[in-house]
Amino acid sequence: MSEATPTPATDDVSVPTVQIRGLTKRFGSNEVLKGIDFHVGHREVVVVIGPSGSGKSTLLRCVNLLETPDAGEVLIDGVDICDPDTDVNAVRRRIGMVFQQFNLFPHLTALDNVTIAQRKVLRRSAEEAERIARENLERVGLADKAGQFPLQLSGGQQQRVAIARALAMGPEIMLFDEATSALDPELVGDVLGVMRSLAADGMTMMVVTHEIGFARNVADRVVFMADGVVVEEGHPSQVLDDPQHARTRQFLRQVHDR
Amino acid sequence: MTRQRRSLLLQWLGFLLGLGAIAVALAVTVRWGDLADRFFKWEDFTAQFPDIVLEAARNTVVYTAIGYSGGLVVGLVVALMRQSSVPPARIIARLYIEVFRALPALLTILIVGFGLPIAFGGDNLPGFLSEPWGAGCLALALVAGAYLAETIRAGIEAVPRGQVEAARSLGMSSWQTTRSIVLPQAFRVILPPLTNELVLLLKDTSLLAVLGVAIGQRELTTWGRTISNSLGNYTPLIAAAVCYLAITVPLTFLAQYVENRTKADRR
Ligand SMILES: Nc1ncnc2c1ncn2[C@@H]1O[C@H](COP(=O)(O)OP(=O)(O)OP(=O)(O)O)[C@@H](O)[C@H]1O
Ligand SMILES: [Mg+2]
Repeated sequence: MSEATPTPATDDVSVPTVQIRGLTKRFGSNEVLKGIDFHVGHREVVVVIGPSGSGKSTLLRCVNLLETPDAGEVLIDGVDICDPDTDVNAVRRRIGMVFQQFNLFPHLTALDNVTIAQRKVLRRSAEEAERIARENLERVGLADKAGQFPLQLSGGQQQRVAIARALAMGPEIMLFDEATSALDPELVGDVLGVMRSLAADGMTMMVVTHEIGFARNVADRVVFMADGVVVEEGHPSQVLDDPQHARTRQFLRQVHDR
Repeated sequence: MTRQRRSLLLQWLGFLLGLGAIAVALAVTVRWGDLADRFFKWEDFTAQFPDIVLEAARNTVVYTAIGYSGGLVVGLVVALMRQSSVPPARIIARLYIEVFRALPALLTILIVGFGLPIAFGGDNLPGFLSEPWGAGCLALALVAGAYLAETIRAGIEAVPRGQVEAARSLGMSSWQTTRSIVLPQAFRVILPPLTNELVLLLKDTSLLAVLGVAIGQRELTTWGRTISNSLGNYTPLIAAAVCYLAITVPLTFLAQYVENRTKADRR
């Protein structure tokens, strides 16, 4: 195994946790990301919005190498994770990811979902993993669901277990890819509430969402993407209420009309 | 009486009439006396026990267990090779599956059973492989491996991509993901075909007889055949049939129970 574990190059909080430069990604002949420059600062909450197919998920997935960039740099704490010498698993364990479809492990209880990677990846003892798992289930309001299997839980509960599962690894940054899009409307609030409290606790977050309200109230910065490029970014009130580009205005009109 | 009940009653009546007709036809054509004499002689039946269980049924179970566990190991390795990102591994796996599914199991048993001692020298072979039945079990494992590889691959492919992505995003290695996330789910899906292949293999152990069997190494079919020859009476074949049923029926019930239970777990 490679020793090039990306330990923080510096404790200086002015170094962005995620720094992306000139990122391109294509699937076949379809260029999905066309030279993206992007960063997420330490303890910053960045919300990425944009129309379907604009490359938001692909950008997010490049940050933990679920997709391999074709060109450009992805730096986590100043270390280029695209470098072939980088230990991908070591990078990923510091980055929590929450998926639209939850992706809980259906053969494991909620508790085991949260302990398994702690034990296999972090080599924590069974007792320690369970203690940390229960803390995190408590944190997402599901202490009493530890023994349930995923299919016995509602979508909102499943997604909160998925968040607890990611948090139990002690990530430096959390990625959310449309975490509430697959939920019944009345369950969205619970999950957004958990995300909001994470943000309040100072977690570094990169959030892809269609929840404009969440972007407005929680984001430190909003990034609008379209057709594989960042069209504009800035403070939520600036991007959402006073967009400079026609493309942004058109998108926001469509979102509000829904 | 409603129309529904009347048509149901008519169906039953027709069924019973047909059954009765067949029974009458058999009753007048079959030579029941001879049949009872040659196949169902109670003394000859009871005389098979307990030896048929201690030797033949035991051997059937042992050969099945060896062949099946070997087949599972081979099948798992070949299935994983089939999905490998290394092209030669995929090609070898593919070739293996095609070859061993194309050949009759009987032919594979003959080739391995006669070929193994010639290739390595009978005395050099470790453990039970130096015995004809051991080489035969290896052949069974090779054949079962080809079928199980395809079954296991189907199971692996039934696990959604998101499961792998979730595990990898938590920092789990490719092997940890396969072992702890993918395979446990895959095996739940394929439990019915796995049981099916176990029963098929159990019956194929009767083919090992072509390699020649010593006393003490006979499985159920061979037992039935050889004892029938010496008795001049076919009752041992019926005893062997009863033993096969006594093994397979509880097995399928057990598999059904396990399947129901794992489903219940998750609902
Ligand atoms: N694995 C893949 N193979 C081929 N094309 C892909 C793949 N993943 C994404 N794409 C394509 O890349 C483009 C961007 O997809 P992406 O999922 O990043 O968009 P998105 O902004 O997240 O959209 P949505 O809001 O619908 O989730 C789309 O045209 C999509 O079809
Ligand atoms: Mg998406």
